[in-house]
Amino acid sequence: MEGFRRYLRNPAAVVGLVLLIVVVAAALAAPLVYPGDPLGLAGRPLQWPGANRHFPLGTDPSGRDIAAQIFHGARISLLIGVIATAISIAIGIGIGALAGYHGGWVDDALMRLTEAFQTLPNFLLLLVLVAVFGSDIATVILAIGLVSWPATARLTRAEVLTLRNREFVEACRTLGMGDMRILFFEVLPNALPPVIVYAGVVMATSILLESALAFLNLSDPNVASWGNLIGAGKGVLRVQWYVSAIPGFAILVAVLAVSLVGQGLNDALNPRLRGRA
Amino acid sequence: MTPPALEIAGLTVALPPGSDRLYALHDVSLTLSAGEMLCVVGESGSGKSMTAAAVMRLLPPGVEGVAGAIRLAGRDLLSLSEPEMRRVRGAQIAMIFQEPMTALNPLRTIGDQIGEGFRIHTDLPRPEIRSRTLALLDEVRIPDPAATIDAYPHALSGGQRQRAMIAMALALQPAVLIADEPTTALDVTTQAQILALIQDLRARRGMAVLFITHDFGVVAQIADRIAVMQDGIVVEQGQAADILDNPQHPYTKILIAAVPPLVAEYQPSAAPDTPILVLEGVSKTYGTSRRFRKAGRLVRAVADVSLTLPRGSTLGIVGESGSGKSTLARCIVRLLDTDAGSIRLDGIDLTQLSRRAMRDQAPRVQMVFQDPYASLNPRRRAGELVAQGPMVHGTPRAEAMEQARQLFVSVGLPPQSMQRFPHEFSGGQRQRIGLARALALRPELLVADEAVSALDVSVQAQVLQLLAGLRESLGLSVLFITHDLRVAARICDRIAVMRDGVVVEQGTAAQVFGAPSHDYTKALLASVPGRKLGAPPQTPPG
Repeated sequence: MEGFRRYLRNPAAVVGLVLLIVVVAAALAAPLVYPGDPLGLAGRPLQWPGANRHFPLGTDPSGRDIAAQIFHGARISLLIGVIATAISIAIGIGIGALAGYHGGWVDDALMRLTEAFQTLPNFLLLLVLVAVFGSDIATVILAIGLVSWPATARLTRAEVLTLRNREFVEACRTLGMGDMRILFFEVLPNALPPVIVYAGVVMATSILLESALAFLNLSDPNVASWGNLIGAGKGVLRVQWYVSAIPGFAILVAVLAVSLVGQGLNDALNPRLRGRA
Repeated sequence: MTPPALEIAGLTVALPPGSDRLYALHDVSLTLSAGEMLCVVGESGSGKSMTAAAVMRLLPPGVEGVAGAIRLAGRDLLSLSEPEMRRVRGAQIAMIFQEPMTALNPLRTIGDQIGEGFRIHTDLPRPEIRSRTLALLDEVRIPDPAATIDAYPHALSGGQRQRAMIAMALALQPAVLIADEPTTALDVTTQAQILALIQDLRARRGMAVLFITHDFGVVAQIADRIAVMQDGIVVEQGQAADILDNPQHPYTKILIAAVPPLVAEYQPSAAPDTPILVLEGVSKTYGTSRRFRKAGRLVRAVADVSLTLPRGSTLGIVGESGSGKSTLARCIVRLLDTDAGSIRLDGIDLTQLSRRAMRDQAPRVQMVFQDPYASLNPRRRAGELVAQGPMVHGTPRAEAMEQARQLFVSVGLPPQSMQRFPHEFSGGQRQRIGLARALALRPELLVADEAVSALDVSVQAQVLQLLAGLRESLGLSVLFITHDLRVAARICDRIAVMRDGVVVEQGTAAQVFGAPSHDYTKALLASVPGRKLGAPPQTPPG
């Protein structure tokens, strides 16, 4: 509770929280506000926002309702953000924890693997994965998770390294506890706070990665994602710029919200920053 | 009449709101005449370091003086402006600190750092500064000053660094030297040398020294006058001999009584000759070469150590830092693997067991760790920490928690506190939790690695008493590792003295303390400050 109060004292973090609540609310409200298929044809294409009171945000080049796509897109973006982040954090924590705790050749092998992933630009790797395995939404999410774990692994490893020789870990060993039990029940809970904070960054990056894929027409065309909408608007960018700008703004809001919340959590959870404000 | 070198009158320093007490210092009055050694003694949190910080006007942010005066040779320091105060610091009052390892800048040479005082406060030319620095290094008796002046701090030992710090403090011939626990981080033999150096410099230069310490042994060794502090208040002050021989305040009495005498005290009620633990030729070397990397330097932490611990007795392993005593302890509980030799517990060679087999032996040998803060998982409740061991070995949770409840009672903690997290306990209470955790598995052998070293002396006495009582009632055999000879004398019936990984002398406590045979043991015993303290009354110190 003390941590929560510290969080609320940070104005940027509160703004982030409000924005995040707006995005989540849009996602939850989508089926109620726009019950039909957001990708269905709704009216004359390329109507400017406000020109037709049925389409407050106008229509795209195919005549689909932009507002409906924005609301339903929030669901997709959050889905991608949450699941891809969960995949990447799970892989990262597993690899980082094993490398940090075991040391020796296990550490060497896992860290070389991590570096191999880090030296490849992760967007290129993502393009390859999507090109090979197809671009339905499940594959895209999995691929994003697979390319964004290395930083988490390194962070977890560093935390575990500082913890594994603490006396309380040695005490557990003298009690006769097994290695896996020590690692997952004693060491990891102490290593997690910075990793959880970093998850905010991973989530923001995941949303951006999917948008970039969609812009290149490589994401799943059968879902109403913000990236797909930007991609649809790129042919008319010079005249009907709003088609791309509106979903772009939505992405900005979502990424900003997740980043600010992550940063706020970091400040609230990090004991070294206490009393600095 | 000339004013005293330093006079603190009715000094009250307020803590920020929300602290555990209102004042860091309350109505503190101290007088320090030229050439006098005043020891301010107290336990952690007593405000003794805060007094030093107040004199230097280096109080932490949020903490401020609200009443009183600090006069340096009659001049009120509290009324000086900050630039004026900067001219006082270093030049008229100098300070030396506890931690010589971090008090020097690692990127600058020793000579450069000592000469800094001259560069700030005087206009001396460079060659003159260098020759004065050399003279200072010579005065603090650093070996080979000409080489040391251009050395970097990492090349110096802890004792030499503290000498360099003292040289730095002396550079501008201050009238007052404040020494804040200057020997606490040092080994006992180095401590003896530094104390002798400070005494000698004070006599030669006629400096007044405000010496802050928690160690009544050090106080007995060097003080002219003593001020005892508790919770920010000076509870008693007076001539050293008066306070040591005839303390008035109950707190002073407790502190002095808590200093164990340096004579063997403990006789086990029954000392059967069957050994529980036999070490033969145990060796451990650090820094073996790694694949793809150059072989680093090899350190023989433990070399060919053979020891026997009879069942029911307490073997103290004493030595200075780097003597290999902690490495030996970790080898016995298999936190480290030995390179050679055997460690037999009741005939079973622990070094030959697989990790899994060792886990089954774990309940028989348990360890109490040094650091009461790092040795408890901060995210587990105290009761769970104690119940964990039996649960690992198959005891059902409810039963383990019930055992933990009983253990809390026997180590003197209220059972209600089982629900609390480690940070809600004091250092001494945490060490009790650590002890309860080790005892939960009903071990036959308890390895205590500096188990009371991080505790204040009065708390230390309580924990030692608890350990002694439990040892009797549970029939424990104990391996007690410590750098503190007084503690060893209090609790051990057998002593092994280690130096550079080798056991140089072992025997019964009475033999080792009464008639040491090895030169190193003699040197160790001679270095313990305030040897007469706590001993049966002899001729009063001159």
